[in-house]
Amino acid sequence: MNATIPKRLPRREAIKWVLAASATVSLLDWRGFGAPPVMAKGYGTDPDLLETYNAGDLWPLTLSEAQRRTATALGDVIIPADDKSPAASGLQVVDFIDEWISAPYPEQQHHREIIVNGLTWIEAESAKRFKKSFTALSKTQQQAICDDICFAPKAAPKFAKAAAFFSVFRNLTTGGFYTTAAGWKDIGYVGNVALPRFEGPPPEVLKYVGLI
Amino acid sequence: MPFVASTKTQPAYDVIVVGSGAAGGQTAYVLAAAGVKVLMLEAGRRYDPGSETPMFNTSRHAPLRGAATPDKPFGFFDATVDGGWRVPGEPYLVKRGAAASEWVEATATDVGTKQNFLWWRSRMLGGRTNHWGRFSFRMGEYDFKPRRRDGMGIDWPFDYQDLAPYYDKVESLIGVFGSNEGLENTPNSSPGVLLPPPKPRAYELLAKKGCAKLGIPVIPSHVAILSQPQDHLRIPQMLHPHSPAMQKALADNMQTRLACMWATHCGRGCAIKANYQSPTVHLPPALATGNLDIITDAMVREVSVDDDRRATGVHYVDKKSRQDRHVKARVVVLAASGCESARILLNSKSAHFSNGLANSSGKVGRYLMDSVGSSLGGQIPALENAPVHNEDGAMTMHMYMPWWKYREQLAGKLDFPRGYHIEFGGGRGMPDAGSFSGMEKFTGGSYGKKFKEDLRRYYGSFVNFSGRGEMIPNDDCYCEIDSNQKDTWGIPVLRFHWKWSEHEERQAAHMQKTFKEIIESMGGRVTSPPQSDGRKAIYPGGSIIHEVGTTCMGSDPKNSVLNQFCQAWDVKNLFVTDGGPFVSNADKNPTLTIMANAWRATDYLLEELRKGNI
Repeated sequence: MNATIPKRLPRREAIKWVLAASATVSLLDWRGFGAPPVMAKGYGTDPDLLETYNAGDLWPLTLSEAQRRTATALGDVIIPADDKSPAASGLQVVDFIDEWISAPYPEQQHHREIIVNGLTWIEAESAKRFKKSFTALSKTQQQAICDDICFAPKAAPKFAKAAAFFSVFRNLTTGGFYTTAAGWKDIGYVGNVALPRFEGPPPEVLKYVGLI
Repeated sequence: MPFVASTKTQPAYDVIVVGSGAAGGQTAYVLAAAGVKVLMLEAGRRYDPGSETPMFNTSRHAPLRGAATPDKPFGFFDATVDGGWRVPGEPYLVKRGAAASEWVEATATDVGTKQNFLWWRSRMLGGRTNHWGRFSFRMGEYDFKPRRRDGMGIDWPFDYQDLAPYYDKVESLIGVFGSNEGLENTPNSSPGVLLPPPKPRAYELLAKKGCAKLGIPVIPSHVAILSQPQDHLRIPQMLHPHSPAMQKALADNMQTRLACMWATHCGRGCAIKANYQSPTVHLPPALATGNLDIITDAMVREVSVDDDRRATGVHYVDKKSRQDRHVKARVVVLAASGCESARILLNSKSAHFSNGLANSSGKVGRYLMDSVGSSLGGQIPALENAPVHNEDGAMTMHMYMPWWKYREQLAGKLDFPRGYHIEFGGGRGMPDAGSFSGMEKFTGGSYGKKFKEDLRRYYGSFVNFSGRGEMIPNDDCYCEIDSNQKDTWGIPVLRFHWKWSEHEERQAAHMQKTFKEIIESMGGRVTSPPQSDGRKAIYPGGSIIHEVGTTCMGSDPKNSVLNQFCQAWDVKNLFVTDGGPFVSNADKNPTLTIMANAWRATDYLLEELRKGNI
């Protein structure tokens, strides 16, 4: 088992998380949320560019184990495994999302509020509709919720905030997924390799785009 | 002893050069080659592209997958140290919002701001040359005499022909790829000067095909990147016919520069020296002569003068010890960037120069210019699901569109007087943290396996167009000292006045219209509606980082700061060789012209030294 995938939550804690989420849903106004403010400093204006950085190296992470489980499940609904690449969880996308929302910069802190509130909302919505954690729902049940919030312009007014959350979450999921070697391979990025010459597009490309 | 501690300087130098970027690097290079003893002062830290450049590092290993942050506004790997739109401890003052009357500290961390002006600085050896776009377009004949042509702006006190030989020299020295197309006001280089341009990418060819229908030329870009190794036998001999020592110093460095390997972004700098940045191209041969000393972390605050109204040296703050120091020289050259050099002059007040140094005309800080910038994106169905291939190339455009409507403009058929060129990028670049953000506009909000398929389809099908247009200098755009505020080094800071005129705003609106036409000529659709209101289409002043003006050259001491050789009218042994002397800011990106002009000015400086005039 991959060490970065969160361990299964003890059942009692999982229930607590679902109940807590359920209780907050009616009060949830999307303005404030429980996570403490980010106090860490940024990496500054002269960071070591050659260092390898991992989530949690530069600033403390935000998500609880339960929130990570919800985020992992949602990430895999957005990017499931197929014959070309693994699911989001296979590339530890949740680590990236947690790193992102924990960063002490304005855009990231804005996203922090949206993501944490959104994860709370989606658990509450799962509890409301199916009396279960989002992580325990069937694919069909997960999709029933996601279908309501996956496209902000068409979402019902009562889902507007949730749809905004979904949009940010999907953006971050792609950010975490397609910046990896497996993501590059999936999308067809084959650069970042030294070449003796730049030959331009091969004939099949010129033909494909209608240039020859 | 090239890099020296602030306590180990020589008792006196022939010339002090303030700044180590395009202007400082070029000036020091020419001086050192001529055997003159030079002390260079750089406000930032020592920086070594050979050991510090994150070549091939992937965003997977960077914080936030390399995304831009207020600490690194152009992304984590950008070769900017202690800088960006803000420099720690070194504020500048701006107005925020249309009707703002209060001066406030600049806080913007990107160009989507209500701030009237943004000032990009970096505090490192080589300055902004480490990350710049490397576009190297010559200004043309019209660009030096804009007033003669259409009655607006200011003419340079010399012609294109005066600078043409220096363009050849600079292009040969730094290495520029491109082609000679013989287009109007888009000068050719002399034969054998340019390196061959790389082949165009698919989307560039598609744009060329579309633009042909619109009558817009699409030609090879000119970029300061080695598409092949430089001729280390011919060029040093040509550039330094009378100095075997400099020929050797240059040839040695040229042989350490490798040709581009068509990967890893130039904005990170280049460890193999395939592109131009001052610390890999100008400084090594200059240092090899033994004639150049460099002090880093040296923040110059003032030029000192004597009772004969001559410059005697400069005062600077040694940032490590926070001590104030003074160094002497026969000649002082400011090359700190247009605004920073103006700041030093305005802060150099004395009994003889109560209005700031070299400022009897009152023009120091005036006629600050940037380029007009505006952008629009397009999505091109013909590029969807294209076969997988490597499109990295030179990591910047291989083709561009030079301004093509000179005649219509002169005939009064356009509602704005000056031109712009178009830069564009797109295709199958390395995915970054935000590459697929906002895709729901195209996918209709898909997720799951369908979403993955959608991204494979759309990846590589986006092209973004950016205009870079000429701004006409005006009385509303200038910088001045705010005497109430000092930076952390105790040096009074700049504040910026800025107002685009209708000439620039209409031009920006025209850019938007043109970009839409090009995108549609490629069979594509715009990704957001084009902006018909130029005031909304144009980026704030300073956004394009083409900072020129502020120490204007001219032929009359009454209305200019410098003569045509960048020599201060008021102080014979004081020169400014950065973007400050510019009196027009053609649509051609200014760095190449800064270097050519600096070389010309430095030749004159040397001649004056030889004659004993300074």
